[in-house]
Amino acid sequence: MANETQTQNVSVNNFEQCLKCSICTVYCPVSAVSPEYPGPKQAGPDAERYRMKNKEFFDDALKMCLNCKRCEVACPNDVHIGDIIQAARIKYNTHRPKLRDMMLANTDFVGTMASPFAAIANPILKLKPMKAILHGVMAIDKHRTFPDYSSRKFESWFKKNAASEQDKFNKHVSYFHGCYVNYNYPQLGIDFVKVMNAVGYGVHLLEKEKCCGVALIANGMPKQAKRQGEVNMTSMRKAIANGHQVLTTSSTCTFTMRDEYDHLLGIDNHDVRDSISLATRFLFQLIEKGEIKLAFREDYHKRVAYHSACHMERMGWVPYSTQLLRMILGIDFVMLESQCCGISGTYGFKKENYERSQAIGKGLFDQIKEVNPDYVATDCETCKWQIEMSAGTPVMNPISIIAEALDIEATRKLNNLD
Amino acid sequence: MTTVNNNHYDVIVIGGGITGAGTARDCAMRGLKVLLVERHDFSTGATGRNHGLMHSGARYAVTDHESAKECIQENMILRKIAKHCVEETDGLFITLPEDDINFQATFVQKCTEAGISAEIIDPKQAILMEPSVNPELIGAVKVPDASIDPFRLTMANVLDAQLHGAEVLVYHEVIDVIIEQDRMVGVKLRNNHNGETLDAYATVTVNAAGIWGALIAQMAGVKINMFPAKGSLLIFGHRVNHMVINRCRKPANADILVPDDAVCVIGTTSLRIPIEECDDMRVTPEEVEELLAEGMKLAPSLGSTRILRGYAGVRPLVASDDDPSGRSISRGIVTLDHEKRDGLAGFITITGGKMMTYRLMAEEVTNLVCQKLNINKSCETATTPLPGSEPKEETKRFSFSQKAAQGRHGTLNDTIERGEAANDALVCECEGVSVGEVRYAVTKLHVHNLINLRRRTRVGMGTCQGELCACRAAGVMCNDDKSAQKAINDLNGFINERWKGMQPVAWGDNLAEAQLTATIYQSLLGVDKLANERRIEYYEI
Repeated sequence: MANETQTQNVSVNNFEQCLKCSICTVYCPVSAVSPEYPGPKQAGPDAERYRMKNKEFFDDALKMCLNCKRCEVACPNDVHIGDIIQAARIKYNTHRPKLRDMMLANTDFVGTMASPFAAIANPILKLKPMKAILHGVMAIDKHRTFPDYSSRKFESWFKKNAASEQDKFNKHVSYFHGCYVNYNYPQLGIDFVKVMNAVGYGVHLLEKEKCCGVALIANGMPKQAKRQGEVNMTSMRKAIANGHQVLTTSSTCTFTMRDEYDHLLGIDNHDVRDSISLATRFLFQLIEKGEIKLAFREDYHKRVAYHSACHMERMGWVPYSTQLLRMILGIDFVMLESQCCGISGTYGFKKENYERSQAIGKGLFDQIKEVNPDYVATDCETCKWQIEMSAGTPVMNPISIIAEALDIEATRKLNNLD
Repeated sequence: MTTVNNNHYDVIVIGGGITGAGTARDCAMRGLKVLLVERHDFSTGATGRNHGLMHSGARYAVTDHESAKECIQENMILRKIAKHCVEETDGLFITLPEDDINFQATFVQKCTEAGISAEIIDPKQAILMEPSVNPELIGAVKVPDASIDPFRLTMANVLDAQLHGAEVLVYHEVIDVIIEQDRMVGVKLRNNHNGETLDAYATVTVNAAGIWGALIAQMAGVKINMFPAKGSLLIFGHRVNHMVINRCRKPANADILVPDDAVCVIGTTSLRIPIEECDDMRVTPEEVEELLAEGMKLAPSLGSTRILRGYAGVRPLVASDDDPSGRSISRGIVTLDHEKRDGLAGFITITGGKMMTYRLMAEEVTNLVCQKLNINKSCETATTPLPGSEPKEETKRFSFSQKAAQGRHGTLNDTIERGEAANDALVCECEGVSVGEVRYAVTKLHVHNLINLRRRTRVGMGTCQGELCACRAAGVMCNDDKSAQKAINDLNGFINERWKGMQPVAWGDNLAEAQLTATIYQSLLGVDKLANERRIEYYEI
């Protein structure tokens, strides 16, 4: 009867399930430093009722949301608070994206343009007059350091140096490298190939790879994000049909493709979602099952502090990366308190957000300085930029640390590859 | 024993519902010296316990031509004079497969005859216009229904009456009438806060006490045959529909779904009850079941939408005067001149009618009052905007709470203090009520307790039903009047009043919410232990 349907009530993004306990607001990094931000509860499920009445109730303050999803991790009743806020921005925001936002969001396009000129672009972007122009004209904060562009794209390196070797392995995975690996930091991709090959897996690129779209969503370009997402899904379906898992080395790309495609962009990814995994999770699970083994160099000694990126927290995958790092005997492992670093992709680059971004991350930077590690390890590339700039400590992806510590010969032997 | 200001009034209006407030306004605008008395708060009777529907009149078109005509005329007037209380949503009358589609033609014809624009819409078009509507519909007619906030409407009438010199006493109950030589000359009042009694005198007394008017008449030795009909309604947590949805058939139970503010309301049932039960009505499980089952026929998604609470009101139905058996009930306006009818001068009862036609009722009774006072001044209420609805340019508002307050107070929103964190901080997050808005209500809108505050501002009317806001609101009010014990008693009463409405629909997330509220107020704050008045059932309304 009617009452039965009532007890099965599940609303869009579970917004009706909110019990108003306000725990999310306690965990919101923006609320902690910006009292003018309404907080996740108010900006999310509360105001959603009024936006349903009239779209005029959309409040520009929602732009202060980092989309860190820590509210969702905190929620005891599984309300997708961050999704409600992002969905409202997509649905109700009437401002068209500025040129700056389009530049920041189109990582693919800008990367393609900048890579050939990396030798010129990198030093120019560091010049004070250039920063002043970006600050004044584009509203990109002058304090911000841009990640260097690489003069050679990862894809070019792979085709030239690795592609031909991959078919000789018995087992295979596909790799979604993401924009950062391709345009800024191919070394991470190279490290990934090295580790996977050492445990007997051949690595393959997807037929077509587009930027996952996270920056497009955040900058008000959901249509383009959806188009790109559909391309990725099509390529991944082909890889999965070949029996490949699709691995990544970026927590945010992974989270976007697994969860935001469905929740925010309306892309049907149910048949692909479970086959997308972070490389550390994939490796850890294989080790757990006894299918692979890792051997590390005995002369490797580093103090490593792990920073839990927000989207790693949301996926609940922090333990995969940390447990993997803890397997390296030579690592003196320190777990940093889980908190947002404040950059949130393109958010911290914007002039209007810079101060807030730094205030949010301050606790983290202070703790890192106190711990004084050789490296900070984290699974997110934008956290890397923020921490390197603000705490001054080198930041590595766990896969790069594993690659550095790995005894390749011993590992190949343990996995019966010789 | 004292009299009010030792003054004599031209007219005393009994009842702070919409009829009394409208009558006080009309009388005051015609230059009369007015006293409005109300035993509890404004709009605590039928006025505050209905759908919040601004009928187009279409519902009555087939069965009651006269009411339909009155409705559409008043509908068009209220859009102009009470713009901040009205949301022009339009309405649909839908025909479902189980209904007779032939009724539609009669319906449209009767609407047209009454002057109601009724446009037949293709069912597919109707789904585009109102996506929540039952997709199985076979017919739809669009009419100028709208949504109206009765609390705001009543308050705006009271404010305007005061602006025109009327005096207002809330929590003053008529305990007797004063009669001298076949003429009612005044009333005895009891202050329901401190028990003190006082007399007030007037040339004419207007009984606008709704269903309780029968009891006032009884005090004067006059008999009015009233037939209280209880109607129960359910409030859902958010809007599923943006247009009013009605069934295109003869009026029946639970066949109107109205979008009100941030919620929507389905109703009503109809059940005759004895007048003694009118002061404490409960929504029964059977009524909930019926409202939900019928409501889902209008908008299927109601079945899976959180229900916030149930409430019940009582229609003041009056028997036609020439039919003491009460079988022939009039839904129209009933003005009883007791001088002519019962030989008691100085006493008039205005009853029957609907919230929709309150202004017309007020006009009719004020005409009669003026006639008795030999005053020749015409009614201007149909053309003069109510406070808050003046045609002045509204200040542009940006934040959520400023926009929400604009909806509640119209142009008067500009008088709310803003700009400092201490004023802009939110008391009620669900409904966006700021500290400044609470202060405004407390100082300007006759707020004596949290329940009054809720009627003025929607504090506690959102999804959390007082879980977070009640304590903050009590804090603001306590700061202003410095009585902690009063605030604690008030808080205890408010939480229990909220629970009364949640109880009939206490399941799922609503129950979890209530449990959390109970934990906060009882286990954490111990409000129930600190309150002087411990009875769970007690609260001032």
